[in-house]
Amino acid sequence: MRSGLLAEYEDPEILVRAIRALRREGIVAMDAHMPYPVREVLEALELPPSRVPIYCFLGGLAGASYAYLLQWWTNGFDYALNVGGRPLGAAPAFIPPTFEGTVLLAAFGALLSFLGFSRLPRLWAPVDEVPQFSRVTSDRFFLAVDATDPRFDRIEAENILLASGALSVSAFGLLPRKEAER
Amino acid sequence: MREPPLRDSYRFSAVYAKSVEDGAPVLLTRASDAHLTERLLKPLWRGGPFWKLSLLVTGLGALFFIATLLYTALTGIGTWGNNIPVAWAFAITNFVWWIGIGHAGTFISAILLLLEQNWRNSINRLAEAMTLFAIINAAVFPLIHLGRPWFAYWIFPYPSTMNVWPNFKGALPWDGAAISTYFTVSLLFWYVGLIPDLAAARDHAPTLAKRRLYGILALGWRGSGRSWRNWQMAYLLLGGLATPLVLSVHSVVSLDFAITQLPGWHSTIFPPYFVSGAIYSGFAMVLTLMLPLRALYGVEDIITTRHLDAMAKLILVTGSVVYYTYVVELFIAWYSGNIFESQLFLWLRLSGPWAWAVWLTYVLNFVVPNLMWFRAFRQRPVLLWIASVLVNVAMWFERFFLIITSQSQDFLPSSWAMYRPTYVDGAIFLGTFLLFGFLFLLFLRFLPFIPISETKELRHALVEEESRLEAR
Repeated sequence: MRSGLLAEYEDPEILVRAIRALRREGIVAMDAHMPYPVREVLEALELPPSRVPIYCFLGGLAGASYAYLLQWWTNGFDYALNVGGRPLGAAPAFIPPTFEGTVLLAAFGALLSFLGFSRLPRLWAPVDEVPQFSRVTSDRFFLAVDATDPRFDRIEAENILLASGALSVSAFGLLPRKEAER
Repeated sequence: MREPPLRDSYRFSAVYAKSVEDGAPVLLTRASDAHLTERLLKPLWRGGPFWKLSLLVTGLGALFFIATLLYTALTGIGTWGNNIPVAWAFAITNFVWWIGIGHAGTFISAILLLLEQNWRNSINRLAEAMTLFAIINAAVFPLIHLGRPWFAYWIFPYPSTMNVWPNFKGALPWDGAAISTYFTVSLLFWYVGLIPDLAAARDHAPTLAKRRLYGILALGWRGSGRSWRNWQMAYLLLGGLATPLVLSVHSVVSLDFAITQLPGWHSTIFPPYFVSGAIYSGFAMVLTLMLPLRALYGVEDIITTRHLDAMAKLILVTGSVVYYTYVVELFIAWYSGNIFESQLFLWLRLSGPWAWAVWLTYVLNFVVPNLMWFRAFRQRPVLLWIASVLVNVAMWFERFFLIITSQSQDFLPSSWAMYRPTYVDGAIFLGTFLLFGFLFLLFLRFLPFIPISETKELRHALVEEESRLEAR
């Protein structure tokens, strides 16, 4: 989020009310910042379902195919080794490394897609400029309203946030020109 | 009026926590989130003379460990007591013992996560760190046991100029795959869990250098709704992946033994036998580490008596599974009518030169877990600590006699031989403890060893549940 308004809350329940109030006004581009995940807030934000499982599955599929085909080709064809008369493509013997390969790449799929969808690593973001924001990992809940939302109006949004029970409301980032002029 | 049903686990934990006698757990007090965060981060900003002294001692110990490894690598495996036929001996005993210890960490963090056992949240970070350091210690042994450890990379499939590939029909490449995957996935799981707490450390850091260090490690975590949603999903998936993984690792290690032809090793019971033994010894090691820490850092209200009680019960469960496999092994040795099996189990193990180790294992592994039927043992830290140490002594001797007896006297009496470890064997084993202590002390000082965001999340859920019940 490049710019917008950041409201500070003490209690996640008040934050949920603020989210609902904004949505009633048609403002939907927003995100909450929390020290720990609160189910009610995540539900109120109406986020799309996480796509991490898809990439985890694809990673697992890639790992399984890579590990199995590698063993099959190396031990069966490229360096065909007769061990005690066992078949060259001894499928049961290839299972343990195939399993390990599946788990390894599925784990990387989960990690990398989690980082990608969360836009991490990102060591600086405009919200960091708001001094109160450093309490986000301790005990404060924040609601960031995106200025790019077509229904965003600084005065109106600020009024809704203050009316909802925010401890403070601050602007962050470079607001679009029409907002900055006001 | 009827009591509300106790189906909600949070409510249940609240009732349970009150029933044990050591003051209110932190989750039931109204300590603020800010206070909780500061308290759990405090060890990161303050070392203390005791920590420094311990770090110095274990740091020198880690150097001593490296010296013993260098001595072995430069002189050769002849410095150890290994011989033919007893080729595996001390190194593989230590390998199996250390990797087994690692299993409890993954069990606590992954399997208990999937089973929604919320009490795990106070101890999972600590147990996972233990896993990582135990795998490091374990991995040293097969490496140094090669004799020429600088060729260890031959186990991995890479297009070499020798035009050969590893033989995947043998157990050693399986081991390589299992252990490297286990370490990597455990590290990822641990790190993903750490990210929100590293961000908390960043935001509370007293100096710019620390702020930068934790800031880079936290990758710019801001706790946004989107990232929490993806984090929860990734954490759950990693837990789901780590669950079969932890069961597979010791199964693969057990296959090193089970696919050989030796009496006492060539058995289909080995994978479950090894996995249950691993989780059993790992729980004991978690207790060995956790009990002193809890007193030293004064976190009895976070790692409560309830945690000790639950851990002790798990020792009883896994210990009983281990004992069941002992009985089955002995029964099958007799019932199969195989003279090599019965010679090994019924004569060599029960009355041979290593009978003292066998009986020590059988007695300790029966008596110690069964003491956990009694609340007096489960809820007294000192007794529990002694029990946990005895479990790991017994589990070390179990692996020792398992490995030594089968090799020293197999099919041909002409190739039988005795085995005696040397002082180098002992020094390397001692060294692993010192390295483990060194790494663990660094972990305690530089990373929050109790998960902060998960503790706060649990407290939030618990407080909410309580207020909902009061409103009824």
